Amino acid sequence: MTSDELLDRFFNGDMVALAKVISLVENRSPDHERVLARLFRECRNAYRVGITGPPGAGKSTVVDKIAMHLAEDGTEMGIVAVDPTSPFTGGAVLGDRIRMKDLYKYDNIFIRSMATRGSLGGLASATKDVLVALDAYGKELILVETVGVGQVELDVVDACDTVVVMLTPEAGDSVQAMKAGLLEIADVFVVNKADRDGAEIFAIELQSILEIKENNMPKSSKPHWKTPIVLTVAPEDRGISDLWNTIEKHRDFIIREGIFETHRKLQIKHKIEQIIENKIRLLAQRKFLTGIDIDHIASGVYEGQIDPYSAVNKYCRLKEFENIFEGDQL
Amino acid sequence: MKRIRILMAKGGLDGHSRGIKVVARALRDAGFEVIYTGLHQSPGMIVKAAIQEDVDLIGISILSGAHMAIFPKVLELLQLEGGGHIPVFGGGIIPSADQKRLEKMGVKRIFGPGTRTTEIVDWVKKNLGDV
Ligand SMILES: Nc1nc2c(ncn2[C@@H]2O[C@H](COP(=O)(O)OP(=O)(O)OP(=O)(O)O)[C@@H](O)[C@H]2O)c(=O)[nH]1
Ligand SMILES: [Mg+2]
Repeated sequence: MTSDELLDRFFNGDMVALAKVISLVENRSPDHERVLARLFRECRNAYRVGITGPPGAGKSTVVDKIAMHLAEDGTEMGIVAVDPTSPFTGGAVLGDRIRMKDLYKYDNIFIRSMATRGSLGGLASATKDVLVALDAYGKELILVETVGVGQVELDVVDACDTVVVMLTPEAGDSVQAMKAGLLEIADVFVVNKADRDGAEIFAIELQSILEIKENNMPKSSKPHWKTPIVLTVAPEDRGISDLWNTIEKHRDFIIREGIFETHRKLQIKHKIEQIIENKIRLLAQRKFLTGIDIDHIASGVYEGQIDPYSAVNKYCRLKEFENIFEGDQL
Repeated sequence: MKRIRILMAKGGLDGHSRGIKVVARALRDAGFEVIYTGLHQSPGMIVKAAIQEDVDLIGISILSGAHMAIFPKVLELLQLEGGGHIPVFGGGIIPSADQKRLEKMGVKRIFGPGTRTTEIVDWVKKNLGDV
């Protein structure tokens, strides 16, 4: 099947075609730029909610419950769940679907698991493009579950409109939240596993940390968003409708204040910069590195015959590149 | 770059997931992306997940005796839903007569209990070479 035939099926609402388009984008297949160009043109600004937090916090369970909550209204939803690729073998076990069993019966929900494939920011490097595919397909709401390795995962901030940070009352978590910079990225905090001891105290602690941050913020006349804390017991569906209402409030707030638009434009700017960087890198590799044996040069540097800077000047024809710009008032 | 993706599911009502998890990890260690969907998967769940995840292979483990119900239904649904090209293999306690019947129906291979993971990994590698 050509990619045009595939796209025709995709725009006819064929789920198999959606899955194949996602693979094509994820694998950076030869045709992916052309396909993505088309997908970008069909985007309708689906709302994107990111769910992040340490391993086992209950991210998948919460995603499952939110989706369940909205499924019956017929909301078109996409779910993207990211798990880590083993740096040693390149393989991965993607297990988030275990918690999303009951969603299979809804045709308005599409779930896709992604491996990070070497990316370290909490999402795979193709995740944002996969969100574009889901959007172009007609999804209105996309839930994105990050890897959750514990450290701050900044990709989710760039990729999503509302970032939900999930924590659990386990000792040390609130201090850790501060250390890891989770306070800065959270639009909504969830204290999940509220059935466990210490949940209330944990939430109060977190609240006071948030208040300190609030008081330290420069005074401004513009309304700003106060990060709320929601307590949940995800497997029992407790607190989930509260959580969804809070997410909707944040959505309404950022749309009303123009933050949504600014943020989306920033995302697009990042995408454009990334396209330019990729193109320049590829061009430069072709121009300067074809026919050059870097291993050989590295041996030379190791043996002390040359330093790496002089080696680049000597072997990589950089002068030709500089000549292009000569005389230009850059 | 294309990565080979494999769906691993536990069909039937038994709660023994140790074996399938060991296989899932072995496949990961061999460099595959394994989507593990957990226990009690119905044919409908398996097929939908396989299609959404655009997998190259489906592995189903059944210990509860439900194999003659689950495998044929999975094959049928795959045909119906546009996943007829995805090969299916299985594992579990399956009498050899049933094994032959299932393989005739189109299940590519059934591995019995106690199969070494290296044997499964080798089979997958050899088979997905043709995909
Ligand atoms: N007691 C209790 N257990 C929960 C709660 N929410 C989730 N769990 C359990 O916590 C475990 C992990 O839940 P997941 O939803 O898989 O967590 P996750 O954050 O997606 O995990 P990773 O994707 O592996 O990082 C499961 O066994 C859940 O059943 C809760 O509110 N209370
Ligand atoms: Mg998860």
